[in-house]
Amino acid sequence: MEIRDSLRYTHEHEWIRLEGDEGVIGISDYAQDELGDVVYVALPALGTRLVAGQRFGEIESVKTVSELFAPATGEVTAVNEAIEEHPELVNESPYDDGWLVRIVLTDPTQLEELLDAEAYGAELPAAG
Amino acid sequence: MSGGAPHPYVPNTDADRAVILERLGLTSPEDLFADLPEAHRDPAIELPEALTEPELLRHLRQQSAKNRDGGDVPSFLGAGAYRRSVPSIVPYLVSRSEFMTAYTPYQPEISQGTLQSAFEFQSVVCELTGLDVSNTGLYDGASATAEACLLAARVTGRSAVALLEPVHPGILDVVRTYAYGANLRVDVLREAAAVTEGHACLVVQQPDFLGTLVDIEAVAEAAHGAGSLCVVNADPFALGMLRAPGDAGADVVTGEGRDLAGGPQFGGPSLGLFAARSQYLRQMPGRIVGRTTELRGPRGVDGGELPPRTGYVLTLQAREQFIRRERATSNLSTAQALVALAFTIALQALGSRGLREAAELCYQRAHDAARRIEALPGFEVPSRGPWFQEFLVRGPLPAAELHRRLAARGIGGGLDVSMRAEPEARETLLCCVTEATPPEHVDALIAALRDIGGAA
Amino acid sequence: MTGRASEDFGARLSFDRSEPGRRAVDVPRWDGKRTALPDAHLLRDALRLPELSQPGLVRYYTALSQRNYGVDSGTYPLGSCTMKYNPKVNEAIAALPGFAEAHPLAPAEDVQGTLEVLHMLQRALAEITGMDAVSLAPAAGAQGELAGILMVKRALEERGDLDRRRRVLVPDSAHGTNPATAAMAGFEVTQIPTQGDGSMDDDVLARELDGTVAALMVTVPNTLGLWEHGIEDIARQAHEAGALMYGDGANLNAVLGRVRFGDLGFDVVHLNLHKSFSTPHGGGGPGAGPVCCTADLAPYLPAPVVEAREGAFVLARPERSIGQLQQFHGSTGVLLRAYAYIRALGLEGLRAVSENAVLNANYLWSLVREHYDLPYGGPVLHEVVFSGSRQRREHGVRTYDIAKRLIDYGFHPPTVYFPLIVDEALMIEPTETESRESVEALAAALVAIAEEAAGHPELLHQAPVSAPIGRLDEATAARRPVLRWQPPEA
Repeated sequence: MEIRDSLRYTHEHEWIRLEGDEGVIGISDYAQDELGDVVYVALPALGTRLVAGQRFGEIESVKTVSELFAPATGEVTAVNEAIEEHPELVNESPYDDGWLVRIVLTDPTQLEELLDAEAYGAELPAAG
Repeated sequence: MSGGAPHPYVPNTDADRAVILERLGLTSPEDLFADLPEAHRDPAIELPEALTEPELLRHLRQQSAKNRDGGDVPSFLGAGAYRRSVPSIVPYLVSRSEFMTAYTPYQPEISQGTLQSAFEFQSVVCELTGLDVSNTGLYDGASATAEACLLAARVTGRSAVALLEPVHPGILDVVRTYAYGANLRVDVLREAAAVTEGHACLVVQQPDFLGTLVDIEAVAEAAHGAGSLCVVNADPFALGMLRAPGDAGADVVTGEGRDLAGGPQFGGPSLGLFAARSQYLRQMPGRIVGRTTELRGPRGVDGGELPPRTGYVLTLQAREQFIRRERATSNLSTAQALVALAFTIALQALGSRGLREAAELCYQRAHDAARRIEALPGFEVPSRGPWFQEFLVRGPLPAAELHRRLAARGIGGGLDVSMRAEPEARETLLCCVTEATPPEHVDALIAALRDIGGAA
Repeated sequence: MTGRASEDFGARLSFDRSEPGRRAVDVPRWDGKRTALPDAHLLRDALRLPELSQPGLVRYYTALSQRNYGVDSGTYPLGSCTMKYNPKVNEAIAALPGFAEAHPLAPAEDVQGTLEVLHMLQRALAEITGMDAVSLAPAAGAQGELAGILMVKRALEERGDLDRRRRVLVPDSAHGTNPATAAMAGFEVTQIPTQGDGSMDDDVLARELDGTVAALMVTVPNTLGLWEHGIEDIARQAHEAGALMYGDGANLNAVLGRVRFGDLGFDVVHLNLHKSFSTPHGGGGPGAGPVCCTADLAPYLPAPVVEAREGAFVLARPERSIGQLQQFHGSTGVLLRAYAYIRALGLEGLRAVSENAVLNANYLWSLVREHYDLPYGGPVLHEVVFSGSRQRREHGVRTYDIAKRLIDYGFHPPTVYFPLIVDEALMIEPTETESRESVEALAAALVAIAEEAAGHPELLHQAPVSAPIGRLDEATAARRPVLRWQPPEA
């Protein structure tokens, strides 16, 4: 189970990566494993304003559906179009090719309130 | 009977029960019901005495015989339930117990019969309607139409739906019931041009309630002009010759499949068809079957692995109530799988040419009957443009009286629609002749009408 | 069941087996005067349906049937689905021409035989549930739920109480249809957690039952196969709070003839005739879901109901009905079968049904309990919910694998991964129509599989090996949906 050091995490298992004044958002390796085979991701349109802590989309696996929560506030500048055709990218590469959306951050300091890798790892159930 | 099984349907004998009770360390089965509140346990319940199988059959044969119409009485009732020539292989195949006594196909490895049949059904419905995707069927045509209204409200975010008259009162009633739940307003329009940007959809029936064929393209244009979806409730049998509504601009097509699947059975079980454009796939209600392959191929006789085989599964289930619960697209669980199977076999038995021939035969027989009625002095068939199998009959006396006099001659004279607002329906009976109406029944109707007309 | 490993039967649909010019049924020729067809813009030009001979089509669907498993094939212990034996005399009854050929709009005097049976069924179901009034209109359980919740909505509306009563309380062990139905009626759903004894959490329930609650929706017995303790007190509390009590009758089979919803304080309840009353499920319907209620709610029942007036039976619309649920009157063919079932059993027979259903479930529980975890204990009523969590933890075997291995033992697997509150759930309902020895055989298979999980887990991972087809790729099916036949690319 990979928890990448350079990212910040939510309690709901989304991650965000700071790139300049933008943030790239995805779900964690743990989350994709719990979901199982991801079959569909409903993402917001370009220009949609995400609000930290609010729902911004949905992710479906064969037998379950989960809501996606925004780690930070900001406007969507890109969505990962590759996962429309290949939702399995979320399973295969949750931190890289399986990213979901990119936003312009309204307030980059919001990221400081999120979990760092160590705190996020401590929240996950012990590996069994 | 002491010591035996309590009933032919319940196998455990007293000896079996004794074995079970001993294992459980109990003296009486009643002990297992100890959690039930004592004050309310084992109430007095009044039910008739049990009947043995011969007694049961006799009782229900007598009840059945109290019904006047066993299919042999001339009747020209249609209005949403039409007699069809159902191929004999339909009831034969559908009664195979592997189909009939299975549950919803939760275990695809031992449910390929149900699943592959459902895929056949979806394919047939897509071909008939001219749309991209179909579910495995809903309860009936009217509730399918109501579900289409709910879908339209979800995708447009609008809070009213419109139906174009003349629409079957039963369809309108069901749409109103579902709309009450969803807090949607229901408007009934006299013309398609009255649709507004407040309407999530415009619903039209093909043929309409009074039997007339509708130019779907014009209705769809009006709906789309207002940013509304066009929903068509179509008779799938008539689609054997009519333009596919999807090709004419419909976004969702619903319909009633019961007639081709079996007898009218007093209206049910029925079968709701539901097909849509592919962009609405994830908003569809009900179950959907998809095609896939095995994860690993089987072992051949030499022990080597063969290519994976094709199979079918329930799919896109994240829409459904057992996963999405209060945010599901519908609460649907059990629907009409066996009726859908019957519908599929009936259409495939007819095939492309057979269905076209049967639909045209229906059209010819109905028009021939109408022509003969029109030729009778005092009778007319008010013209309302092209029609398929149902037509209005106006006689020299009030519709109710005409109906009564036909009934007195042992003829079911269609449906009295004289209370309708449409001017052509004034003092008329809505009569139906199909490909399955025996010619001698039509002869009897003509003779009776001549007789009644002569006396009037 | 047949299945030659080398044959890819599923790859060839009837469409692919079509040969132009063949036909399975002929259509009479029209020799009379021809009427011109409507304008071409109203007509279709092409229609792609398969063309097969009659033997070809019969063989195809017969082969398909052989790739299916039904109750007549063997034990089908799907929890919460009550897959009991379907009596064959009921098929003969539903097919009697007087019943089968009755037109739904026929004048009442022409269909007295059907109407009288429906009236007798309404009375029987009212007696069995202890309710005052019944409508047979709903086409299946979920539509019965919708009817019942819409009746609640209308009753609250008429007493001027709907604006503030926006919530329906539903236990977390409930079927998904319950919250989905409440949402379809425009209500918000509040989930009530389950406590250690399998009943609703008393404290949460007491806290949530306030003036914003429209109804409490409860399945009795619940989906854990357990009695809902103190349900009659809960009903009293709900009524004191101004809420209505909705009963989900999906599990009525456990308590047939022993306790009645009406006596417990329920206001409205739906039944599933394809569960408790033996009508065949047909691979996903048709069913029937009658809704039964108190006299207070009777004016809101869905239309139609059958009434006796001056010695004759008529269809009637209740005074302030929520409306129709179908274009016509309901699944009459299914209702006839259920009536025949009730008449074949009588009260003593129905009590024998619940007694043996509960005996069989407990027998299975006693034979299997040491081999699987049982989060909510026992004894149980009509079904038992085991957990495969021990097998997952210790042997890396999922409940999914256990289910697939049962297929190799010749059984239909139980319901799995439901109720959601049980980790790795295996929900088993044998029903009363299984014999002692068939329950023993099922138990032996479950025990053998638990042993295999420990010693040879690969047998479970590879299962099933004896079915017409192996495990299917459900992920690809959902990712890139193929939902209809398409002609082969030219």
